[in-house]
Amino acid sequence: MANAVLEAVELECLRGERRLFRGLSFVAEPASLLWVVGANGTGKTSLLRILSTLLPPESGEVRWRGENARAQREAFRAELLYLGHAAAVKDDLTALENLDFALRQHGVDASERQVLDALEEFGLAGLEGLPVRALSQGQKRRVALARLALGQSKPLWVLDEPFNALDAVAVSLVRRRLAGQLERGGVVVLTSHQDVDLAGLRVQRLALDA
Amino acid sequence: MSGSLASMFVAVLRRDLLLALRRRSDVLTTFFFFIIVVSLFPLGVGPEPNTLRAIAPGVVWVAALLTSMLALSRLFAGDFADGTLEQLALAPQPLGILVLAKTLAHWLVTGLPLVLIAPVLGLQFDLPGGALWVMTTALLLGTPVLSLVGAVGAALTLGVRGASALLAILVLPLYVPVLIFGAGAASASVSGMSVAGYLSLLGAFLLIAAALSPWATAAAVRIALE
Amino acid sequence: MNQRIFRFASPQTFYPLAGQMIPLFMTLAAVLCAVGLYIGLFVAPTDFQQGEVYRIIFIHVPAAWMSMFIYVVMAFWCAVGLAMNTRLSFMMALALAPTGALMTAVALWTGSLWGKPTWGTWWAWDARMTSELILLFLYIGFLSLHAAIDDPRRADRAAAVLALVGVVNIPIIYFSVKWWNTLHQGASVSITRAPSMARTMLWGMLIMALAAWMYSIAAALMRVRSIILERENAAEWVAQLPEVKGQ
Repeated sequence: MANAVLEAVELECLRGERRLFRGLSFVAEPASLLWVVGANGTGKTSLLRILSTLLPPESGEVRWRGENARAQREAFRAELLYLGHAAAVKDDLTALENLDFALRQHGVDASERQVLDALEEFGLAGLEGLPVRALSQGQKRRVALARLALGQSKPLWVLDEPFNALDAVAVSLVRRRLAGQLERGGVVVLTSHQDVDLAGLRVQRLALDA
Repeated sequence: MSGSLASMFVAVLRRDLLLALRRRSDVLTTFFFFIIVVSLFPLGVGPEPNTLRAIAPGVVWVAALLTSMLALSRLFAGDFADGTLEQLALAPQPLGILVLAKTLAHWLVTGLPLVLIAPVLGLQFDLPGGALWVMTTALLLGTPVLSLVGAVGAALTLGVRGASALLAILVLPLYVPVLIFGAGAASASVSGMSVAGYLSLLGAFLLIAAALSPWATAAAVRIALE
Repeated sequence: MNQRIFRFASPQTFYPLAGQMIPLFMTLAAVLCAVGLYIGLFVAPTDFQQGEVYRIIFIHVPAAWMSMFIYVVMAFWCAVGLAMNTRLSFMMALALAPTGALMTAVALWTGSLWGKPTWGTWWAWDARMTSELILLFLYIGFLSLHAAIDDPRRADRAAAVLALVGVVNIPIIYFSVKWWNTLHQGASVSITRAPSMARTMLWGMLIMALAAWMYSIAAALMRVRSIILERENAAEWVAQLPEVKGQ
């Protein structure tokens, strides 16, 4: 299998009547983190959605392992972990049920013990049996992020504002997981308008309002 | 990968059934809507038994169409709002299969109860026994078609202004064939004519809908997620 | 060859081309309509049973044919748009829809006007009229869905899926409704059976149908030009147009 490289080739994005960006090209090498910055409305979320094949670009293409991502969409999606703006948790299910379903959806074989450990790591011990509706905004976010603890089998992580609504402890948990992903040779693409300390990680910045 | 496809289908089905169980009130209100609508007709038309017997199949079917439409807004809207629909679209399995699982869960919760209560309602209209069976069988074959065809409309109108009224405009014309043959089956039975043709046709509709609509729905979901 | 076709798929090149074609089609439509009406009103014989009233068939039948034909063409452009991701295809479909709806409405209205003196009722639930009514709902659904979605790209694609679902359903709906009731005059003009009406009547209807077709093309071209202007209003070439500059 070719190297886990994410490449954007001449991407163009049109939202409604506005052209957000055009001719955007970059390469994200294995074991690197691409940090997309830009003011609100410059297309950071749209770019991430294009990279994860949710949104087709107006022109240009996304390549994963040297091949067009859309052409190999099932294989691509099997290697992708995407966390969008929305927490993607169901209010009426418990944290445990939510995480279990999310993992099953992505073919991650995890035992109940591992799922509970992941929730515990993200500070949700004792809360796993509660319907997510009963949790605070920050706790809900952490249920979504707990997937990072079990995303080792996914070489590509695309995270939209992962540090949103998190306290310092949770931020460092996420940071630790990001470091682990890079150590395994994976690729991370994320956006964050917060200035997070990612020292020690191989970070490449991509500014969209340039 | 077929092992994981089947297990994913079951996982989505179970999740949606579990969610419906935890929001029982939603399910029950659509069920009572059906009963109330059917019961309104005699009040509007008069209790003359011959009239009621003649209109019964049509009334029950129209009520089933309207109930199905009412329930459709719940099929994808919740998942769309909280981001789980997006995750389903990113699963390695074909979205059409996952959508089929959701539609099946939806029918089990909103369509099947109508099938089960229909004979009782038919008695209110003094339908003879044979016709009751035919009507129930027709509903059993027809209500899944309503869910399948309606799913396309539900996906097309996700997050759109005035979605429920718009959904009615889009989907009710497409329901007409099922309505005609579904109600026709029971009416034929009342007149003593053969119903085999009607029921086979409804069965054919079901097969066609099950084969084609999940893909149209998946395409519509992806468009809504763009 | 492909390159040349794709060049016309750009709104910028199509806009002037469409502008040149409109007068041609409008003229053809006017001429054919004049000939058709002449035949229909003066040349075709009085009907044995229905007298002069039947002459409304020269508007009713062509309108009904066009209403179905336009839906199929609309669905075709939607399929092309979804498959090849060409913006102009979607614009063409959107331009055709109102004309199709108009044809359907005319067919329904003239059918009703014909029905009253002929069968004694303004609306008889026969197969053809009921199918036309449902077709009208399908057109309205297409236009409503498109109008309800703000993002033009999503609106185009969602309405396209709807149009394709509709076109697959139309035969099923027609068959169902026809089965349900056959009151309407049996098909007097069909490609498989010999027409049971006088030759001149047939000619009259065919010519009127052609006229309606020419008119529909002209109307769609006019509408697509206005859609192009709306959608591409930020483009440089639009700002350079005399009709835009002169404002």
